[in-house]
Amino acid sequence: MTTSAGPLLEVENLAVHFPVTRGFIFERQVGTVKAVDGVSFALQRGSTLGLVGESGCGKSTVGRAILRLVEPTGGSVRFDGTDLRGLGEEELRRLRRRIQMIFQDPYASLNPRMSVGAALAEPIRLHGLREGEAAVKDRVRELLGLVGLDPAYAERFPHEFSGGQRQRIGIARALACEPDLIVCDEPVSALDVSIQAQVMNLLQDLQQKLGLTYLFIAHGLNVVRHISDRVAVMYLGRIVEMGEKGPLYADPRHPYTRALLSAVPVPDPRLEKRRRRIILQGDVPSPLNPPPGCRFQTRCPVVQDRCRSEDQQLAPGPSGVDVACWRAPEVPALLPNAFAGTAAPSTRTH
Amino acid sequence: MSALLEVEDLSVAFRSQSGTVRAVDGVSFSVDRGETLGIVGESGSGKSVTALAVMGLVADPPGRITGGRIRFEGQDLRAASPETLRSLRGHGIAMIFQDPMTSLNPVLTIGRQLTEVTEVHLGLSPEQARRRAVELLDMVGIPSPESRLDDYPHRFSGGMRQRVMIAMAMACKPRLIIADEPTTALDVTIQAQILELLRSLQAELGMAMILITHDLGVVAGMADRVCVMYAGRIVEEGPTEAIFDAPGMPYTAGLLGSVPRLDRPDSARLVPIPGLPPAGSQGPGVCSFAPRCGHTMARCLEKAPSLVPVGDARHRAACWLREARP
Repeated sequence: MTTSAGPLLEVENLAVHFPVTRGFIFERQVGTVKAVDGVSFALQRGSTLGLVGESGCGKSTVGRAILRLVEPTGGSVRFDGTDLRGLGEEELRRLRRRIQMIFQDPYASLNPRMSVGAALAEPIRLHGLREGEAAVKDRVRELLGLVGLDPAYAERFPHEFSGGQRQRIGIARALACEPDLIVCDEPVSALDVSIQAQVMNLLQDLQQKLGLTYLFIAHGLNVVRHISDRVAVMYLGRIVEMGEKGPLYADPRHPYTRALLSAVPVPDPRLEKRRRRIILQGDVPSPLNPPPGCRFQTRCPVVQDRCRSEDQQLAPGPSGVDVACWRAPEVPALLPNAFAGTAAPSTRTH
Repeated sequence: MSALLEVEDLSVAFRSQSGTVRAVDGVSFSVDRGETLGIVGESGSGKSVTALAVMGLVADPPGRITGGRIRFEGQDLRAASPETLRSLRGHGIAMIFQDPMTSLNPVLTIGRQLTEVTEVHLGLSPEQARRRAVELLDMVGIPSPESRLDDYPHRFSGGMRQRVMIAMAMACKPRLIIADEPTTALDVTIQAQILELLRSLQAELGMAMILITHDLGVVAGMADRVCVMYAGRIVEEGPTEAIFDAPGMPYTAGLLGSVPRLDRPDSARLVPIPGLPPAGSQGPGVCSFAPRCGHTMARCLEKAPSLVPVGDARHRAACWLREARP
């Protein structure tokens, strides 16, 4: 299915700006929300890039802009060598079969009046992936089996399923198109922890079995570390740190990443008591009016004068991870490491 | 001195179209003055309903407290008059909810909502109440509190709204605060701020706290003791460290195994708990966790186990495995 050996997805300088208008008949633009403002990354075939950040950082908008569910206002998105932004509607529709999305709330993304079998058969027919009704039916049963559901469930309706089962159906529906890339937007955030683990294992199994590539968008730092090969941390529409998950988690060099990791509570009462947290003050500034210079300067515990005027871009940092901070080399001396000595660099086993 | 709050054999049932659900089934626990009790469980485990029952806030119908005793400072809350309960809420026990947007009134200013509490419960004059409201907002770390009194809730961010809710709960200096998933709707850096605030306020004012959450990390950092709930029952309870060191019930161990942990090297694979939790307690004839448990024995399907000591005398778990071993 793949045509070249380069990265499957290359996003360059992606921008999504939303105009803010006032007035009803004579609408005029009074501002711009820079939801995504210059995001670049490459995603290798068969790998997982985790996109992590707090609400409003633009991570979901990045996912939607890749599929052109929201139109990017700048930059380029190359999928398997083709620039998606230049495509006409028909070509886009054809290529979109190969990029699917899984959403946080699978119930809202399933038609309540359509049986699960019908919902799964629709994309198969639409894209002409199987010939004849019998073959389509077989494929539906196969898909349900693939996501760990009883093939007999094809006759049932979405309301008859639990949250975890619905997410499996959402995954089956994405797989029905036989995609290369799946954009997973908070796929386990609405699930209880015991069910979360089931769905994460399923995603990992499917990746191995079908050679899928994932862009995994989530706010849970632990979930993202577990499932990703590389991780990008977003803040106010920008990537502030990006690299292999091992060094990024073991020795984060952006003050925001460090603060984020120090804020996550861990299920170890003794460690919780002695951990030194970096408590950030205040809230994330509005993307309508981002601060000049470094986006993080209003909350950064080690801010300098230079950060208030000059905008540091993502650049290779001392630990082999790209980081957008002047002070990256000094950061370990300035800010405590959340899990010093406990989070050894991890290795991927499959 | 007796416990601040004692709950004994509490049961709450909900009627629904498909029958009666035993949302809470024979739950007993106590909270001492100044201590923090964590109640952990997944959705539908009955943890929030337990809290609502203590506050006398279970909507009837469809819900009904079907049995048990709730005593606060020795006073029987189930027998108390609505007036007594009303004055107790606020003065004695206050509650913080998960979603600060739906628990604040969108058409009243923050100031009005804060002064109402102290005017009604403490009989303050409007001027006194306003001064107190400024103090309260200042105490929970809202910048320039005086100018913010006249703002409406939509002008506040999620974290700031939760601070307002905490200020409101603290207004009458309650002896017990029940926080039901107070940080679940918040981002992790804001969560850290709010947990820090709760910790410092509790130390300053000496309140007891029941912290209800699904997040094992939050409980580990906040609670002195923990109750683990599953399908309407407490299946394990004890000092926080004992429970995390050596969980006595396969469900607790399963929960700990299914979260990816940042404090440990990454494991290649998570160990999930198979299957789904049931809707409410399955009654006295079976362990509700048996269908998902890896250690199910014949006994588990004949009788629900009760809490028995595991190691430390205060650490108890409801599992037949524990009774088999002396």
